[in-house]
Amino acid sequence: MFIITRLAVASTALGMTVGAALADCPVTSGSVRILANDFPALHAVVDNAEACIGEGAEFSKNHSTKHNEIQVAALTANPAEYTTKIVANSSIVPLLNDGLIRPLDDLVAKHGQNLQPNQLIRIDGKIMAIAFMANAQHLIVRQDILDQVGKETPTSYEEVLDAAEAIRAAGIMEYPFAMLTKSDWNLGEEVVNMYLGHGGEFFKPGTAEVSINNEQGVATLNMLKSLMEYSNPDFLTYNTGAVTPLWESGELAMAVLWGSSVGGLIDDEGSTPEIVAATKPTGAMTVAGGATPASSLWWDGFTIASNISDEDAEATFIAMVNGISDDMVMANNDKAVWLMDSYKPGLAAEGVAAAASAGADPYPMLPYMGLLHSAFFQEVPDFLQGNESAEQTLADIEAAYTAAAKEQGFLK
Amino acid sequence: MPHGTFARFIWPSFLAMILFIALPIVSVAMQSFFVEHEQVMREVENCGPFTCTTVLQVDVEATEALKADAPLGRYNGLGTYTNRGHLAFDEVSEIWAASESFGGFIAGVYNLPFYKALFFTLAYTFVVTPLVIVLGLLIALGVNRLPKVTKGPTIFASLLPMIVTPLIGGLILFWMVDADGIIGATLQIIFDDPDLSLKASAPLTWIMLMVYGVWHSTPFAFVVFYAGLQTVPTDTLEAAKIDGASRFQQVRYVIVPYMMPLLVFITLMQLMDNFRVLEPIVSFSAEAKARSLSWIIYNDLSGQDKLFGSAAATSMLTIFGVAILLTPVLIKTWRDFNRRAV
Repeated sequence: MFIITRLAVASTALGMTVGAALADCPVTSGSVRILANDFPALHAVVDNAEACIGEGAEFSKNHSTKHNEIQVAALTANPAEYTTKIVANSSIVPLLNDGLIRPLDDLVAKHGQNLQPNQLIRIDGKIMAIAFMANAQHLIVRQDILDQVGKETPTSYEEVLDAAEAIRAAGIMEYPFAMLTKSDWNLGEEVVNMYLGHGGEFFKPGTAEVSINNEQGVATLNMLKSLMEYSNPDFLTYNTGAVTPLWESGELAMAVLWGSSVGGLIDDEGSTPEIVAATKPTGAMTVAGGATPASSLWWDGFTIASNISDEDAEATFIAMVNGISDDMVMANNDKAVWLMDSYKPGLAAEGVAAAASAGADPYPMLPYMGLLHSAFFQEVPDFLQGNESAEQTLADIEAAYTAAAKEQGFLK
Repeated sequence: MPHGTFARFIWPSFLAMILFIALPIVSVAMQSFFVEHEQVMREVENCGPFTCTTVLQVDVEATEALKADAPLGRYNGLGTYTNRGHLAFDEVSEIWAASESFGGFIAGVYNLPFYKALFFTLAYTFVVTPLVIVLGLLIALGVNRLPKVTKGPTIFASLLPMIVTPLIGGLILFWMVDADGIIGATLQIIFDDPDLSLKASAPLTWIMLMVYGVWHSTPFAFVVFYAGLQTVPTDTLEAAKIDGASRFQQVRYVIVPYMMPLLVFITLMQLMDNFRVLEPIVSFSAEAKARSLSWIIYNDLSGQDKLFGSAAATSMLTIFGVAILLTPVLIKTWRDFNRRAV
């Protein structure tokens, strides 16, 4: 695992890279237009990119949680509406499918001397994106409550169930557990994670044919359902925005959240000092005795649009490289798990680092994965509400995926 | 009116209707007959921060070439309409063959996304529409009897639900019915059930959505009826009073027949509006329990992978559904119109 070696050597590397001159800043011509998701780590990157804009160059930015829905249309235009899109390993796929982002090999050779080899996302040998941060879902626990019921920090979902039952039996909380199970993209992600933890394969090798109606699939759904016994009955409306306030108000003892949310939970806003002090990120859980964690690894990185002039592409690349500079990392160390050398892993990063070091799989970067992901969250709520059997739900997922994949031309 | 005058009078509206209503529908209909080109894929090696893997990736150049030849995509005829995501002919006949009882058949069909959504959409339409009309009329009659001083503020307050944007109104209520919200917590106390959650149970979610629909649409019916009430001829009403008609009889035999055209108008509007219910489902995060036809379209078009053909087919089926719903009302209006013309 690259990330872990990197986390380990971070402090030694610090001395070497800090202060390396960014000879190219500021850019004085061309146009830099950024489309990105809306969370603090990306604000830091984009603000630092903006700091690189000199007189004569144009700059605009759009932070939107709906970035994925506009990216294809915005980059299809010629010239593209945005010169760079900050992507993750699923949102890069539609851009690749339509050829909307350009290879970066020349620009990396010219301006990317400070980039680490593992930041370069290579697709078919060509560099298509520059990754700068990692993310994963992992467990967060309230140490005080676990101590109260005399349970160790869980390392598997079976132990989570055990601890949840103990907390309920002790009368501390009726619903001590939560994960991101809103019946939209979030629930799909939980199914993907749990299925990966069971060692399942989503597709028949070398094809776009789905194959999830198997033992691992049944075990995945049953484990999710068992966990939901200990989650508030409103669980199908739970996304990050719903679960973090519950955590901060002390209504949860264990939750599976994104690593990028941890920083907000352990800061001094929105909660009491007692809860903050007892909040402890731990690694991603394994399940059913498996070795790989039931969590998928994600990276965020920037891409450069195809449909723009070479001048704009170069200006954008220089600005974005400045956006992920060591100065930015040092000023925003705890906002994310950065992939750059100057990063010093803190408490907020422990969960993601643990998930990565335990060998979690990256989220599959496949052109048809998004369709399966949608099929998951459209069909799984029926099972979680007890309306049908796991086998029926898995058959429904396969049928829904197959219909969509045929329409998109991935299947005949 | 001479035909020439009529034509000169109507042509700008007619042109606008063709441009902004007819042509987009034709375009959506065209779209619904096509699906994406076959994606040319090849195996490539991808390397990220974590590992390298060999995966299938779309061959952009080869796929682009296909697209350039036929930009609309592959012709699929009615294939999208009959696939599992829509009318699901194959699946329905399989379920018919496999199920032993009629109940089993219904349960099997209800498991298909289109029919499930159609069922909720129809239930919503047929519950909300009559309630909106009845409540709207009652409120209009009540407000009409108020003294002048209080009329203005009452009308303003009654219109508020309609003024609030549906999505926002839905979100506000969503947080109010939360277990920690004012409505949710009050209901828990009233029913003495600490686990009562409007969001967790499917029947309660349906009721919540329908109550929201009535709350949001009643002001529209109210304001139309209230305007109508101002024009009810007073001499007819007085004649009815002299004949000894009770208040109910006055409403039943004078006011309602007089306002029949308005009632038809509101019914038409409400049938159309309620059949394309979407906002409350989104703002109440009720997708897991209630999906409407419009929600299916919304879901096809939001997110990363956009299923344009599927969304277009569902749109056409929605238009078809609205047309079927409106037909009885329109036939009745047409007959009345002819009778009057004679």
